[in-house]
Parts: sequence; structure tokens; C-alpha cells
Amino acid sequence: MNIIVCVKRIPKTAEADILIEKDGKDIKRDHLVFALNDWDGYAVREAVLLKEKFEGEVTVITIGPEESKEVLTRCLAMGADRAVRIEGPSSSDGHLIARILAQAIKGQSFDLILTGVQAEDDGWGQVGVALAQILGLPHASIVTHIEIERDKAKVRRELEGGIEELLEVKLPAVLTIQTGINEPKYVSLSAILDAEDKETKEVGMEEIGFSSKGPLDATIDQVSFPPTGKMAEILKGSPEEVVGQLTEIIKKKKG
Amino acid sequence: MDFEMTNRQKQIRLAAREFAEGELAGIGQECEIKEDFPRDLIKKAAQLGFIGVFIKKENGGLGLGFLEHATILEEFWRVDPGLGQVFSSLTFGSEELQFFGSEEQKKKYLPSLVKGERIMGFAITEPEAGSDTASAVTSAVKEGEEYVINGNKVMITNGTVADYLLVYCLTYPEQTSRSKRHSILLVETDRPGYRADRIHRKMGIRASDTANIYFNNVRAPKENLIGIEGNGFSQLMKFFDHSRSYVAAHGVGLAQGAMEQAINYVKKRKQFGKAIASFQVTQFKLAEMATLIETARSLVHKACWNLDRGNVDSQLSAMAKWWACNVAVRVVDEALQLHGGYGYLDDYPIERFYRAAKILELYEGTKEIDKMMIGRKILGVT
Repeated sequence: MNIIVCVKRIPKTAEADILIEKDGKDIKRDHLVFALNDWDGYAVREAVLLKEKFEGEVTVITIGPEESKEVLTRCLAMGADRAVRIEGPSSSDGHLIARILAQAIKGQSFDLILTGVQAEDDGWGQVGVALAQILGLPHASIVTHIEIERDKAKVRRELEGGIEELLEVKLPAVLTIQTGINEPKYVSLSAILDAEDKETKEVGMEEIGFSSKGPLDATIDQVSFPPTGKMAEILKGSPEEVVGQLTEIIKKKKG
Repeated sequence: MDFEMTNRQKQIRLAAREFAEGELAGIGQECEIKEDFPRDLIKKAAQLGFIGVFIKKENGGLGLGFLEHATILEEFWRVDPGLGQVFSSLTFGSEELQFFGSEEQKKKYLPSLVKGERIMGFAITEPEAGSDTASAVTSAVKEGEEYVINGNKVMITNGTVADYLLVYCLTYPEQTSRSKRHSILLVETDRPGYRADRIHRKMGIRASDTANIYFNNVRAPKENLIGIEGNGFSQLMKFFDHSRSYVAAHGVGLAQGAMEQAINYVKKRKQFGKAIASFQVTQFKLAEMATLIETARSLVHKACWNLDRGNVDSQLSAMAKWWACNVAVRVVDEALQLHGGYGYLDDYPIERFYRAAKILELYEGTKEIDKMMIGRKILGVT
């Protein structure tokens, strides 16, 4: 089973202070730590687990600058076999990214393409689904479990309110992977050393035959913080009074 | 010149950080209180390759350098100094085996360390021989095919948990040169006549074992001599030239961890109506801490980089050790200060880091010994 995993290098923003650049078009990145997108980490691990079961090769692909090689090495240390870096635009337009990826993937033999559900930084959650559409492949998003049966994948996907959907998808297919689908594993030092012997290919947009950006590509005009709304109600008074008010609220909510 | 870590080194740092945050952070305080560490954690770390990375491939290691070893220890110390010290000391003395041991000795003792199956240590300090190691009187007298060891050593790391220790022994008391009197012997701790008494309630790094040890007619075969008889002092000095480089990394890790705790605290703590991070006095403190850490880390990297290229520079290792450990003590002091009274309680890990820091200026050569070495080199005196 040959699997392609699309990954992204992202700035870790969950616990960092977010500041906006002077031109208002992006967040400041100087003080941020960059790493492999969390969702993609689960996708790589899932691909490696499937490879261990069914044999084959895992190829990771990223679009990004030279620094993205670090996340590719990480993926190779996690058990991927080959890596490809496409020197491409630093765009967050999911559709553009999907088009470039599709161009690079087209013509290669694979049974499965995995992506993370979304990226930690811009969180659009579009690439996987758009990629499936462009390549004309079936897809399932927010996948929490995969079982392979011959030429089909039986997948569970997460819906709102704790409901799960069971789907059968014909291979080859694109699946977008949800965090928690597997148990992350520490990377060993010997795996890091082994990763150095694995192939990392670097290609430009022209080499993959991608012709310039389209007129519909999105660009970011402005980023801003969401307006501070009434996020929480602060109860005031003595502990006894607060408990009284709290009990009333709970009673009301309970209906 | 290239100041950038290699991709490999960055990946190793990341792997060490993830392991430390995942496995050490949650149990650091408990290990400090219980004065112990979980043995299965050693196995787990060994499987991932974190132990003795500088040990050569033919002896079971990964054949990496002291820079990688130091980087791993920096990450472990950043999360928990006590457990960081546990991991640092598992292979303590193996450098000596690698430098001076016979091929047979290396094959026999080194692979099991890397696998996390054995623990070693290096017994040097005595009641009357601290910084003055040449005054050590624990004696090893040759009787036929064996050495008979008598004496006692104090404050020995891993004294009660080590499977074997390198022991710095007096073998030529009559030698006029004080630096030609000693030899280094490997002693298995299950040999009759060996006793170790654990020292409790150290000021800090309590997860790490420290003991007073006693040799009462302990017999070790002559094959257990490491290196050359009478060459113990100079062999020991070469060991320190290496060990100081990664003990310096302990200091960098502790300081980094302490500063990060302070940063988290000052962003949340509000006084006079705003977060204390917004006060310039806080920003100045953090600026000083960050700059000190940067200088210490750079010096550690330079010292390790040189060692990994075979350039043993005693002065540089001593500089790295003194400076980084001094930085640790200063940074943790300010980091606790920023916590205010809360820093004095064990609700926050900063008090544990504060207690741990002082050892760094005492072991592996006191800061005074470090400075003495630096000063002598500058003036060209011995």
C-alpha cells in the first residue's frame, strides 16, 4: 500500500502571544516556534501504521521554504520513506495549495492520500477535500479510524455532537485525518539518524509543471483579532450569594 | 564559521524535549520527594537512544558527540533538574572507559549502559580530598593477580544504585610527584567488602542517588585497571575536560527552564491593575536572563564542538562550566524573585529549580577550581 501524506510546517500559536504585523496582513512570526502541523503528525503516524500492516511506501510532500526540510526530516524519522519539498508560494489559499499538490501527485502510483483535517495556523481545512476533487478521487474528512479491506477503506468520521459516521470509500482515496486517530510515538535517535539516508527531493513549481497562479487565488487583505464580546458572566457577591446565583443559573439551564 | 545546529541536532533536541516534557515533567516533584526515580523510565529512554549517545558505535552507542549529549541533558534539565541529573549520571565515567579502557573492557561494560541495563558512576571525592583530588588516600594494593582496595569516599553519585564504579585509588604513595600516585580501577559493587550508605535530604536534585561508600578489603582483578597504573590523575583531568562541557549544559537547561517558568508567571500575575510582564523592571530582568543564557549556551556549544573535533581545551571547558553554572544560579534567583512569595512555596516548580542550582557550582569542580584553571592558563603557570 503506497501512501502519500501532505504536510505543513506551521508556527505554534496555541500558547504563544499573537501579534499582528504593521501592514495588517499577517501575524508576527519572528518570536514563534515552528513545527510539523499537529494534524499532519497524526496523518504521518497513521500512514506508517498502515504501512507496517500492508507494506508499501510512505511519501510525504510539503510546499514551503527551505526551513520546511526540518518537518520533512521529522516525518522521515517518524517512519516515512521518501520526502518531497515543493518550493512554492507561502499562500494560505487552500485551493491553490491543493492545485499545486495535485499537479505534483498526478501520475504517481498510490492507494491513499492522507492530509491533516486542517492546519494549526490558518485552519481553513480545505486542502484535503479540494485535492480529492481536483484529482477526481473519493474522500472522507475528519477521519478517526481507518480499516482497509482489499480495494476499500472503511472509515469512521467525526460529526457534530459526538456522532460518528461510517463510510466505505473506494481506493485510491483522500482522507483528512483527525487528531487522536492513533497514539503518537516518541521519535528515537536512531530513527533520526536513519532518516538522513532517506531521499528528500526538492522541486520547483516549473519542474512539476505548475503554471502560475490563477485569477481566483485568494490573498489576505487584513487579519484582526475577533472583537471582545461578552465571553463570560462574572458572578459577584459573597461566596454564599455566588453559590445561590450559580444554582439558579444551573436550574434554569436544566429547564 | 557556522552557528547553526545541524538539522540532525535540531531533531535530536526536539526529540529530547518531547520525551522530557512527556515523561519527566509529570513526575519530577514526586521523585524529588521520594528521593528516587522509576527504573522503567531508564529503559524507555534507552530504547529511544537518549543514554550515552557519545559512546562509539562499536561499543553499542550511536557514536554521536558531546554536543548531542549536552543538548539532550540541557533539555532534560530544563524540565526537571533532579531527573536530568539521574540521566546524566547513568553513564558517568564511561568517557574514561572510552578514552583509556582496553577494547575488551569497552565491549564488556559500555553496551549495557547504553541499553539502560546497567548504571555506573565515578568515585573520586574523599573526606580529605575534595577539590584536591591528588590527596585521595583510598588505597589499592596489588596482591598477586588482584588489587585490594581499602578506604572510603563521600558524596558519590549512584553509590547505592550503580552496578559498577570507577574508583580513583592511591597505588603509588611513595611517588614524589603527586600527580603520579593514583590509578583508576573498575569495581563491581557486588564485590564483598563494598558498602554504600545513601545520603538523604540533599538540598536539591534528590531523585539522584548520592552515597558515602566504603571499601573494606574489596578485591578486584588486575584486569579491572583502567588505563595505565600511576596515570590516574592525568586520566581524571582528561575526563573532567569532557564532563565539564555537559555539566555546563545542565546549567543552561536549568536556567532556560527557570526563565520559561518566570515568563509564564509574569504574563499571568496581575499587580497594580496589570500583568507584571508589562513593567519595565520585569522586562529588564528577563532581558538579562535571556542574554546570560544565550552566552552560556554559546560557550557550551563551542566547548563541545571543540571536544567533538578532538581539540581538548581545559580552559574552554572550565570557562563553560563556571559560566553556565553561575548563570544558572543567577537566573534561577531572579526567576524565583519574579514569582514573589509564591516562588518560596512548593506550589510552583521554581523552588525545586532554585534548590537544585547550587550543586552546579560545587560538583564537577567547584567554580573556584574552574577559575583557577582559567587563570593559570592565562598566566601560563602550573
